[in-house]
Amino acid sequence: MKKLLLPILFAIAILNFVACSSDDVTITDSSLITKEQVIANYSAIVLSNYQAAYNDAVLLQSAIQELAVNPSQLSHNAAKQAWRNSRESYGTTEAFRFSSGPIDDNDGPEGLLNAWPLDENYIDYVEGGINAGIINDLVNYPSINKELLESLNELGGEANISIGYHAIEFLLWGQDNTSPLDNQAGLRPFTDFVDGGTAENQDRRSQYVVVCAELLLDHLQLMINEWSIGGPYYNVFIALDEDEAIKNILTGIATLSKSELAGERIFVALSNQDQEDEHSCFSDNTHRDARLNLKGIYNVYNGTFGTISGASLKVLVDQSNAATGTNVTNQLNAAVTDVEATAIPFDIAITGGVNSTEGIKVLQAVNSLQDLGDQFVLAGTALGVIVISE
Amino acid sequence: MLKIKSSFLFLTILSLLFAGCSNDDSGYIGLLPEEGEEFSGGETTVFDISQNAFGFQAPNLNNEEGLDFFVGNSLFNQNWVTSPASTTARDGLGPLFNSRACSGCHFKDGRGRGPEYNGEVAHGLLLRLSVGNGSLGEPLSDTNYGGQLQDQSISGIDAEAGFEIEYQEITGSYPDGNTYSLRKPNYIITNLTQGTFTANQISPRVANHMSGMGLLEAIDEATMLSFSDEFDSNNDGISGRPNYVWNVNENSVTIGRFGWKANQPSVLQQVAAAFSGDLGITSSIFPDENCPPSVICGNIPNGGSPEIEDSNLDKTVLYTSTLAVPGRRDWDNQEVLEGKALFEQANCIACHQPKIITGNHSIQALSNQTIRPYTDLLLHDMGEGLADGSPDYLANGNEWRTPPLWGIGLFETVNNHTYFLHDGRARNIEEAILWHGGEAENPKNEFMGYTADERQNLILFINSL
Repeated sequence: MKKLLLPILFAIAILNFVACSSDDVTITDSSLITKEQVIANYSAIVLSNYQAAYNDAVLLQSAIQELAVNPSQLSHNAAKQAWRNSRESYGTTEAFRFSSGPIDDNDGPEGLLNAWPLDENYIDYVEGGINAGIINDLVNYPSINKELLESLNELGGEANISIGYHAIEFLLWGQDNTSPLDNQAGLRPFTDFVDGGTAENQDRRSQYVVVCAELLLDHLQLMINEWSIGGPYYNVFIALDEDEAIKNILTGIATLSKSELAGERIFVALSNQDQEDEHSCFSDNTHRDARLNLKGIYNVYNGTFGTISGASLKVLVDQSNAATGTNVTNQLNAAVTDVEATAIPFDIAITGGVNSTEGIKVLQAVNSLQDLGDQFVLAGTALGVIVISE
Repeated sequence: MLKIKSSFLFLTILSLLFAGCSNDDSGYIGLLPEEGEEFSGGETTVFDISQNAFGFQAPNLNNEEGLDFFVGNSLFNQNWVTSPASTTARDGLGPLFNSRACSGCHFKDGRGRGPEYNGEVAHGLLLRLSVGNGSLGEPLSDTNYGGQLQDQSISGIDAEAGFEIEYQEITGSYPDGNTYSLRKPNYIITNLTQGTFTANQISPRVANHMSGMGLLEAIDEATMLSFSDEFDSNNDGISGRPNYVWNVNENSVTIGRFGWKANQPSVLQQVAAAFSGDLGITSSIFPDENCPPSVICGNIPNGGSPEIEDSNLDKTVLYTSTLAVPGRRDWDNQEVLEGKALFEQANCIACHQPKIITGNHSIQALSNQTIRPYTDLLLHDMGEGLADGSPDYLANGNEWRTPPLWGIGLFETVNNHTYFLHDGRARNIEEAILWHGGEAENPKNEFMGYTADERQNLILFINSL
């Protein structure tokens, strides 16, 4: 016990010294949370969310393997359900994009995981093109494997998507050729995966979707590696200047809200009145994408995910500028209300256009998400950092 | 007196010494960046170094423009399909085309390239064809193959032709003895399907990178003319002049700004021409389908008349006009700043104008911006080595428009290549500089006379743009 005393005294002396020296600059109050705590909690949320996405993708892979080995209505339905489940945990991770992090840096896997919209006939047959796609091209692509499919992604055009969640979605559901009013997703029959069943090259289709599921795990694993304690990006992130890290976090959720979600994912589809402009157009799951992206934003701002609940941007902003804090929280709640108010599925919400009853609600959600992006910019101002939301 | 004087002197010397020392301690201050020079596009600048670096909207758009930008983005990025189709927003492709989407050539709003090997579909290199020029200088089309070779077509119709490229290596050396090799392309047209090929002027053109188009449109004509020195009255060997081209909307000849020969007067006409020539999409500006002689186009389903309606054309134009300009990297780095000084010293800035203030534009975000495009938008004789021998309005066969340099250092990240110049012949920035001739002969020679380190720093500077 005695031996410990000296180091403790030293520690206290150092703490005193640190406290004194920083008193000169800012007043520290132990009841206030710090940027450092918010940054640490954020990194824990990111890792935990990618781990959840990975775990759900493992279940998706098993279900897809079962479909490939034993194609049936049952295994097909199970694979589709596993895909929907996997989107629940991935959807919230999109709040980590646009934040100078590893998901979408110059070698980030975002385009390999979640690229859309995709040109269906790049992958497989479509209405009016029974021999279309990589699956039916035995001459140029005799063997379907990871290297090939990854190399073909985005080759020669941004809609030339060969892999990722939406490639799997198309392989499970097929084109959604029915009228939105029929309220049906794509109607690919499970026999597309049965040797001698419907369409051609069933074995290659099975192989293709199995390879996609494997790649999904590979690419999600990259994010877990980056964000694990001691991982390459974790080390970079923790060493960032605190203001820089806070700016990055806020820029991510501001950009997702104002640009990606409000503009690219919702308004474009509404303006074009085209279900092909939906994020998850084959499965009619776009309403979940929108809600989950916003939930991700909510999680980041409130410092929560699953069992994690820690130092949050919300408290940080509230304690810096109470009025700004109230405005941000109110707008976040309003955005949740407005997005929840849009019709399900999403193609029903958009097909009437901007002036229809449902379209007006969609536009309201768009405007609300834009306003939310602007509020995050103001939250940045309150914290002394410059945030952009484009 | 003497005593005082000497001690005063002593003190003075001491203080001078001390000042000298303290100066040495704090380090040589070195070159300083200009205030705000990292904001290449003024308030439209975005700092991002990811593969999406060219894809952002200008941060100063209003909310409505911000939303329309994304609709334009969808029309730009996604493939157009053959009519009839389930999608009505983007049908009407072809019958002839070079790409199914704008993004097929301007991938991620960046720069295209030629085929890596013969047989690979070109990702943004096409051939313009002409048999001579009309009264305004406008290129006259080949009777059978039109003004542009389309190497793709819709199902059931033959593509016009293909092409192959043979490169010839030309070696040379710097005054310091270091050697280099440049590759000169030769084009071979293959698989002609529409009869006799009469074009005697063939001009290869690479798809340009998209940043800052609206800002270039917002530069006052008077500003452009102020850069012009057609008769080289200042005797610097550089004699830029504007192109004057047919403006469909104005129904008159106006100053040219876009394209490798400044042969398009506006973003609108540039976009409409690309929809027509490259995708086979008709618009109110170019309402006639590009139809090969072997096909009766009236018998092919089209995507409406026009195939892109004005509201969508306008949104694509808005998108094209308001893509953010990427901000500089390493603009305050000493080697970059030395490179910048060398770039100025060699008079590269006579054409690659480093700083321009835009005038008024219908899009408020583009008005009165201090921008650093490194272009004068004027035509310059670049010498025989680069000549395409294809006059285009006032541009003769040796003349090219100074291309903007902003964003040039990010092509490798965005487009995975560093092929430069109008046909992508230069494999890196150094080769692109070495191809400069004609009016740019002296600046090139200046560059060649620099030491290897100096040349390296100048290239570092260009890569920081």
